[in-house]
Amino acid sequence: MSLLEFRDITKTYGMGTAAVQALRGVSLGIDKGEFVAVMGPSGSGKSTAMNILGCLDTPSTGAYVFEGAHVETLTRDQRALLRRHYLGFVFQGFNLLNRTSAQENVELPLLYRGVSPAERRRMALEALASVGLAGWEHHTPGELSGGQQQRVAIARAIATNPSVLLADEPTGNLDSARSVEIMQLLTQLNQERGITVLMVTHEPDMAQYANRIIRFVDGLVADDTRKEAAL
Amino acid sequence: MIWNAFLLAIREIRRNLMRAFLTTLGIVIGVAAVVTMVTLGNGATRSIQEQVSSLGSNLLIMRPNRSFGAGTGGSSPPDFKLVDAEAIEREIPGVRAVAPSALRGGSAVYLQQNWTTQATGITNDYFTVANWEIADGRIFSDTEQAGARAVCIIGDTLRTKLFAGHDPLGQKMRFRSLTCEVVGTLKPKGQGGFGNDQDDVILMPLKTLLRRVWGASSSQEIPTIYISAKDGYDTDEVTQDITALMRQRRNLQGAQGDNFQIIDTKQIAQTLSSTTQILTALLGAVAAVSLLVGGIGIMNIMLVSVTERTREIGTRLAIGALEREVLWQFLVEAVVLSSLGGVIGIALSLIASITLSNVMNLPYQFDPFINLLAFGFSAGIGVLFGFMPAKRAARLDPIEALRHE
Ligand SMILES: Nc1ncnc2c1ncn2[C@@H]1O[C@H](COP(=O)(O)OP(=O)(O)OP(=O)(O)O)[C@@H](O)[C@H]1O
Ligand SMILES: [Mg+2]
Repeated sequence: MSLLEFRDITKTYGMGTAAVQALRGVSLGIDKGEFVAVMGPSGSGKSTAMNILGCLDTPSTGAYVFEGAHVETLTRDQRALLRRHYLGFVFQGFNLLNRTSAQENVELPLLYRGVSPAERRRMALEALASVGLAGWEHHTPGELSGGQQQRVAIARAIATNPSVLLADEPTGNLDSARSVEIMQLLTQLNQERGITVLMVTHEPDMAQYANRIIRFVDGLVADDTRKEAAL
Repeated sequence: MIWNAFLLAIREIRRNLMRAFLTTLGIVIGVAAVVTMVTLGNGATRSIQEQVSSLGSNLLIMRPNRSFGAGTGGSSPPDFKLVDAEAIEREIPGVRAVAPSALRGGSAVYLQQNWTTQATGITNDYFTVANWEIADGRIFSDTEQAGARAVCIIGDTLRTKLFAGHDPLGQKMRFRSLTCEVVGTLKPKGQGGFGNDQDDVILMPLKTLLRRVWGASSSQEIPTIYISAKDGYDTDEVTQDITALMRQRRNLQGAQGDNFQIIDTKQIAQTLSSTTQILTALLGAVAAVSLLVGGIGIMNIMLVSVTERTREIGTRLAIGALEREVLWQFLVEAVVLSSLGGVIGIALSLIASITLSNVMNLPYQFDPFINLLAFGFSAGIGVLFGFMPAKRAARLDPIEALRHE
């Protein structure tokens, strides 16, 4: 059984004539340890699907099963707890807290998990070290480059040891050299720590790092290709 | 969870100290104003009560009622007689002491010094009734009272103004045409309830004043009788008894109004202090409005802050913060801000009320009740005005919040 499973998911925004059907019946399963790149033209429903996968949103119809749990039946708070314990997020715009040190940013999800201060500090420093930012823990986002900020965001997402990492255009705001570094980091996390990675990207170069590419067109899965195991 | 919210709030406030300070300024000023007003008002009330009680305890003052002259056919009502005072002391239960007295203004002279003042003719009961204590020397002897001797006791103001530096005891001074020997000095009482100097007095035996200062014609006329009621007796009842007795002695018929009046100093004290208490409450209420305005200021800033931090809230929600955790975060932040304002306000009011009490010559007393109340109020304002912005933050949709620019 898959780790995550979409069963005929639809998502409609708005009502009546203004209604937009962002997803028109998507079924797919994602297994533990996969590194999936989601591609497709603008407006094809990639972000919509990611938001539902990330339990930030619920489908209009269909079922979303996360490790056996039917997410579409959960309350807002239950979905929040699911995110807290199993998911990590990386955003295109980094979304770090301003005027807050890298360490404090990484500690944030640990705070919500109720981790003790000493343990929080240890885990945050470890996560920062694993993204290559040892020694930068006291810098605030304003003092870091875009690539460094995204690495802090990744450290924040993995500090809690999530089973799935969701990244919507994580390299969208970065130049190609920085993008490559981020992709290498995601690959490393996927391979060394077994974290399932779901990533939306427009760039074929970046998608090459994944071992499965799902292509959306007009709210439907148009293509789903698995690479042969380890090149 | 609340402790976490508290830490987050402190972190957030530290991150933007200047804004935090400006946000709480309204509360700071409101709390400082309320506490200062009430503290000063309480000081004023206490000062009035102290001054009135320095007049004497359970003190009644009886005077002919000049305004009621019409009732006696045009002529003004007569003064009292010495025998009236004796009758009151003899016949009314609950009377501790009766002190008939008369007053005469004039100038006092010692060597080259000259001082315009008043002399009060008294019996020795006056000391009890009017709460006077001897600082130096003695009170009058019975022979001095009975024989209308030329002796006097002076208040503290006269001692300093007239005898500057000299020991007045045993000295001869002149009041109007009477030369008298100073046999005692009075302990100072300070300023009276109406800003008058209570220590600007000369006391002499009643008969001396009536016969030797006023002149023989008025030897039996006493304009004022001070009566002190015994502890445990109701001054209203004593007043009624005296009124009945005096109506009889002054031959007033049923329909005729009293041609004398009895003033109860306790009532004066009550009236005065209830007036200042009302004023205090009014000023406090006006100041409380500024507290409310401060609360609206906090709500305003919190709303701005929620909008400004929409992406941050989105991030927190995405990371797995529960709705109520975000609610608590903002609510606690508002409460911490407003309580901080309360604490600073109380500190300010402490300085302000001590300084102003000094300047205005009022007794200062720290009032824990009003301070606690003001603090509780400021925290309450944080809850009240922080709730709406906090609720708004907690209800945000994480996806939209994350997209917010
Ligand atoms: N909150 C919303 N309300 C209304 N319509 C929406 C909303 N979010 C998305 N849509 C619509 O749903 C469709 C799919 O949007 P989505 O954001 O999933 O596209 P996308 O594939 O992520 O595009 P892009 O590559 O530009 O990010 C679009 O037509 C979009 O206009
Ligand atoms: Mg998108």
